[in-house]
Amino acid sequence: MTQTAAAGSGNATTTYREAVRAAIRDALQRLPQAFLMGEDVGRYGGCYAVSKGLLDEFGPERIRDTPLSEAGFVGAGIGAALGGMRPIVEVMTVNFSLLCLDQILNSAATIRHMSGGQFSVPLVIRMATGAGRQLAAQHSHSLENWYAHIPGLRVLAPATVEDARGMLWTALLEPDPVLIFENVMLYNMTGSLPENAGAVEIDKAAVRRPGRDITLVTYGGSLWKTLSAAEQLAGLGIDAEVIDLRSLRPLDDATVMASVQRTRRAVIVDEGWRTGSLAGEVAARIMEQCFWSLDAPVGRVCTAEVPIPYPKHLEDAALPQPDRIVAAARAAVGR
Amino acid sequence: MSLTKEMLRIRRFEEKCAELYTQEKIRGFLHLYIGEEAIAVGVNQALAPTDAIVSTYREHGHALARGIKMGPLMAEMYGKREGCSRGRGGSMHVFDAATRFYGGNAIVGGGLPIAVGLALADKMHNRANVTVCFFGEGAVAEGEFHESMNLAALWQLPVLFVCENNLYAMGTALAISESETDIHRKAESYRTASTAVDGMDVVAVESATRGALETIRKGGGPAFLECRTYRFRAHSMFDAQLYRPKAEVEAWKKRCPIERLERWAVEAGILHESDLASVDAEVAREVQDAVAFAEAGSWEPVADLLRDVQTPGIVP
Repeated sequence: MTQTAAAGSGNATTTYREAVRAAIRDALQRLPQAFLMGEDVGRYGGCYAVSKGLLDEFGPERIRDTPLSEAGFVGAGIGAALGGMRPIVEVMTVNFSLLCLDQILNSAATIRHMSGGQFSVPLVIRMATGAGRQLAAQHSHSLENWYAHIPGLRVLAPATVEDARGMLWTALLEPDPVLIFENVMLYNMTGSLPENAGAVEIDKAAVRRPGRDITLVTYGGSLWKTLSAAEQLAGLGIDAEVIDLRSLRPLDDATVMASVQRTRRAVIVDEGWRTGSLAGEVAARIMEQCFWSLDAPVGRVCTAEVPIPYPKHLEDAALPQPDRIVAAARAAVGR
Repeated sequence: MSLTKEMLRIRRFEEKCAELYTQEKIRGFLHLYIGEEAIAVGVNQALAPTDAIVSTYREHGHALARGIKMGPLMAEMYGKREGCSRGRGGSMHVFDAATRFYGGNAIVGGGLPIAVGLALADKMHNRANVTVCFFGEGAVAEGEFHESMNLAALWQLPVLFVCENNLYAMGTALAISESETDIHRKAESYRTASTAVDGMDVVAVESATRGALETIRKGGGPAFLECRTYRFRAHSMFDAQLYRPKAEVEAWKKRCPIERLERWAVEAGILHESDLASVDAEVAREVQDAVAFAEAGSWEPVADLLRDVQTPGIVP
């Protein structure tokens, strides 16, 4: 997969993985209080090789291998944040984050409120999410929607190398807990990045492809499938606008609604299961805010209601794919 | 004298809370610490102002012994804006930045990893502070207990784990929930200095705490104190106490940490009955003033409902 970004002077081709690593290195160089903590982030180099080499550069205090203790080290991240550090905690995958959901929801997200604003938790948690590598059910789920449900958290989903490079620094400037979801299928993706690439804003959704006929709303790993679908739709004479949400909480309603008011049609593409999905939330908001502009029901392309299967053909069939996005868009425009 | 007074402040404050609960001034869950005062007071006597505390839902004693003012604490019980957590936390979520009091956690065992992190921050900053983590014996059945003990020992962090073993996790007796009922032995398995102490004896608790803090401050890693105690009252205001015999409660009440210290001090000629009476009167006035402060407090306007979810300026 290659990202189509304008290649200018001073740009370099990089992978999403390298972009995340560059972001971590940059944070550790700039911020003495910052440190990375998680399972296998040091000696092993990160289970997705994101932190490879950082241990040699920064030492074991700041690239801190943890035991298999998600609740323990995420909770320790909360305490360290309360104590004036800026921890970047890596949870191997969102599937394992359920072991520390208590700490994330009952403590990180609530301490500010329960303390009447006295304590903030400036913690960044990175985790991998998504399917597509035949890792079967316990390593393939997309649960970021659950976190997007929780007041007190910010939830980000970088889909491009620029966002993979830039969102971490902005997240570290936040006084509140921020969760960053990195889709496993993006780590090997290449893209072009300016040599001086740095922080990006994390409030706004981005229009990744302008179009007139329908709005396709997506985020993370599904962005590239949606852009591919948009190209196919163009071949059929349907001009699709593609919006990358980037921030799953808070949602940038303004960008989505402005688009839907112009195109009058929308399909949401989301790698979470359809029932209770983020796609459902976005669809409901479109209904609440754009009902009188709509020319068709809002469509959804989500993961089938099944634990992700191991065989490739079944895994592919469970996930949103360009052909299903094309079909949903065609149904919405009636062509 | 100060030990007696500190314990009495907790006792009288909570007796008042129980009364206010029946009057529906205080709502929600109310978990009283009555009978366990020696632990909060003994531990806090030994702490420096820069040390940190992580507590549980039974934390009024810890809060008062730490130095949180009784007025704002009572206002918090009411849910008033003048409460130490602005009324947003209530009985179970007392917070106070000034005294480094990090809650008030109603998730059993949930505070332990946070204490580990606070200690990690101190260690990484080369500060000589200690984080004290209070929890009940029920928490040692949780995974978070074991994860935290392991991390603290592995990284040699300045944490004092204080287990308040009052023998019942809600209504489940220790022998029904634990294969090893000597709690301090669990900590030993993590290569952590660990002792059991009579939690009804404030002097013993203070002395054990001083010893543990000395080891920790020398860089000896975490320490563990199992304080054997008993709550004289029910788990919460909704608890009929069907799980324990009345005779057992009565037997423990005879070991009341306040009466025990007073008796000893009078017999030793350190205090006179008249001293006790004047302390009693002083504490009664403080409680009365705290109630007046809470009563005079204000209700936060509903327009402010969404504040303190995220940093101002962020729309959830």
